[in-house]
Amino acid sequence: MAKKVGIEAAIAIAEAAALADVDVVSAYPITPQTHIVEHLAHLVADGILNAEFITVESEHTALSAALGASLTGARTFTSTSAQGLALMNEIVYITSSMRAPVVMALANRALSAPINIWNDHSDVMSVRDTGWISIFANNAQEAYDLTFMAFKIGEHPDVLLPVMINFDGFILTHVIEPVVLFGKEDVEGFLPPYDHPYKLDPDRPVTMGPVGLPEIYTEVKKQQDVAIRSSRSVIDAVFKEFAERFGRKYSAVETYAIDDAEVVLVTQGSVTDAACFVVDEMRKRGKKWGVVEIRLWRPFPFDDVGSALTSGKIKCVVVLDRAISFGGPAGIVMSEVRSALYHVPNRPIVIGVTSGLGGRDIMFEDYVRMFELGEEALRTGKEPEMVTIIGVRE
Amino acid sequence: MRKLPTWKELTLAGIITEAGNSVEYKTGNWRTLTPVVNYDECIKCGVCWSFCPEYAWEEGEDSFFKLNTDYCKGCGICAVECPRKCIKMVEL
Amino acid sequence: MIEIRFHGRGGQGAVTSAEILAQAAIMDGKYAQAFPSFGAERRGAPVQAFTRISNEPIRIRIGVYHPDVIVVLDSTLIQSENVFFGLKEGGLAVINSKESPRELKERLGFKGRIITVDATKIALEELGVPITNIAILGALCRGRPDLAKMESLEYFIAERFPHLKEKEIRSFRRAYEEVSE
Repeated sequence: MAKKVGIEAAIAIAEAAALADVDVVSAYPITPQTHIVEHLAHLVADGILNAEFITVESEHTALSAALGASLTGARTFTSTSAQGLALMNEIVYITSSMRAPVVMALANRALSAPINIWNDHSDVMSVRDTGWISIFANNAQEAYDLTFMAFKIGEHPDVLLPVMINFDGFILTHVIEPVVLFGKEDVEGFLPPYDHPYKLDPDRPVTMGPVGLPEIYTEVKKQQDVAIRSSRSVIDAVFKEFAERFGRKYSAVETYAIDDAEVVLVTQGSVTDAACFVVDEMRKRGKKWGVVEIRLWRPFPFDDVGSALTSGKIKCVVVLDRAISFGGPAGIVMSEVRSALYHVPNRPIVIGVTSGLGGRDIMFEDYVRMFELGEEALRTGKEPEMVTIIGVRE
Repeated sequence: MRKLPTWKELTLAGIITEAGNSVEYKTGNWRTLTPVVNYDECIKCGVCWSFCPEYAWEEGEDSFFKLNTDYCKGCGICAVECPRKCIKMVEL
Repeated sequence: MIEIRFHGRGGQGAVTSAEILAQAAIMDGKYAQAFPSFGAERRGAPVQAFTRISNEPIRIRIGVYHPDVIVVLDSTLIQSENVFFGLKEGGLAVINSKESPRELKERLGFKGRIITVDATKIALEELGVPITNIAILGALCRGRPDLAKMESLEYFIAERFPHLKEKEIRSFRRAYEEVSE
C-alpha cells in the first residue's frame, strides 16, 4: 500500500532503486550522495533487497563495474556527486556509448577547487555532452518517482541508454519531507523485466566495446545520437503512463504562471519551487512574472522550450544558471535557451544570471533581482551577452 | 571492396556478434621471412607460442610447436625469443 | 509556516531533533521539512539544523534566517555563537541551561520569551551521556505544543532509538515537566 511518510530524499531514492528490484548496486561513497548507497547497503545486508552490492575503491571502478553488470543483463544502479563524477568521467562516456542502461542518482554538488561539498550544477553540466539521458527532480517525491521511472526509460528496447537523475545536494538530498512511498503491489507491471539484446552470456559470446575504426566510429556515434533523440517519445510515454496510473504528472518542460507573464525565469532543480513561491508573493504586488523549468536536460526539449517561452505575453526570459562555462559565450543553460529561440521571429529577450554556486543560498531578494534584471532589459532593450552573477561581492 | 554498414545496419554500439571472428583475418600473406625450426635442437618449451602476436604456433600431438602459415606475418619475435636459438628467419 | 532553528554541537544530535520534529509533524498531517546546515562538521563544532512546519506544501529550501523558534542544545553556545540572530519578534528561545529564564534574560539583555530546562542533567541521569537532543524536544513541545503531538514525537523517538527508547522517552517527558518559564 502506498503511504505518505516523512523521509529524507536520499533514502527515498534508495527506496526507489529497491522498488525497481535492482540486481546490482555499484557505488563509492561521496558527500552528499552517501546516504543513498548507505541505505541500499543496509537493505542488501538485511536481506530486504536481493542484490549484489559491489564495494569498490573508486568511482572510476564503481561505474566500470556498473557498466559490466548492466551489459550482463542485470538492472544496475549507481550514485555519485561532483568529484566522484569527475573521476568516473571516462566511463560516463563509455556507458552511454556501449548502450548500458545504468541508472545514476547524481546528488548535484559543486566541483573543486576550492574544495566545496555544497550544491550547484557544475557536476551535471560537466557531463552534458556524454550521451546520458538527464532529468532534474525538484523535491523528494519527484526524486523518488523519477528514479523509479528512470529504469523504465533507460531499459526500453528502443532506448538502451543510461539515465541520470539530478537532485540538489543537501538542500534536497538531506531534507526530510513528506513522500508517498509505493508498496511493491502498487507498481505491479509498471516496470517490465530488463533484457539487453546482446547481453554478455558465455553461451552466446559477443564482443562489446571493440575497436571502432574510422570506417565505423562515425556510424556508431550517429546511432547513439539518434537513440537519445528518439528516447524523447519513450520518456513522454513513461511520464504519461505514470500520471495515468499514479496521478503525479511530469513533463519535459514545466511551466508556472506564464499565461499572462511578461518576464519568466528559467530554472532547473529544486530552486524551481522557491522561484514559484517568489512569483506568487510578487504577484500580490502586481508583478506579472512566471517560471519555466527545463526538467528534461538531455535530450534537450527544443520544441517545448521554444513554445513555452514564446507563448502568451512573454517578452523577456531570464535564465538561471547554477554553473559557469568559463570563457564561454554565456551561461550553459542560457546558451541552449537562446539557441532554442534563435529561429523564432520576434523572440523574447534572453538574459542570463548565475546564482547559488557552491551552496550559497538563493534568497528571496535574489530571485526578485533576477526578474528585475529582466524588466530592466525590457526597458532598455539591451540584451547583454554575458551572465550576471547575482550577489557576487564586487 | 566490402560494403560498410550504414548507421542503421550496424549492430547496437558496433557489437560484434560472431565470437572469435579474428580467425577470418588471415595475416599470413604479410610475410617476407618465414621462421624455420631445427626440431633437433627444439626443447618444446613453447616460448615461440607464448610470444607470437598472431597465435600462429600450434602445439602438435608430439608436443612440438608447428607454424600455421595462414597467420604467421613473419615478424621474427619467435626467432629472437627462442632460448635454443633454433628458429631461423629465412626467405622461402 | 513556522520556522525552527536548532543550535548544537557536533555529536549532540541537533540534526536528529530537527528530523524527529519534522517526521512527527508529517505524521500529524502537516507539511514539514528538516535538514542540517552542513559545514566542515566535526565533533564539538557548532552546528545548526532547521525544521519548517506548515499547513501548505513548503517550497523554499534555504537555511532559516528568521526563525519563530530557536532551540539551543548546549548552553555554552550562547557565549560563542549569536544563536538569537534573526529571531522574530515574539519568537521563542528554548535553551538548555541551569539558569532560569529570568537570569538568562538579565545576563543577555534579551527581552523575548525564553524557556529553559537543564537538559544536560536529565540526559546524564537518564542516559549517562550528555546528549540532549531528545530532552530538549520535550522542552520545545512544552513551549510550542502546536508543532507536533507528544505521541507522534514519542513514536519517532522510539523508532530512532530502538535500544534506548524507554530512557529517551523518559528524558523527553522529564524535560517537558521540568521546564522553567
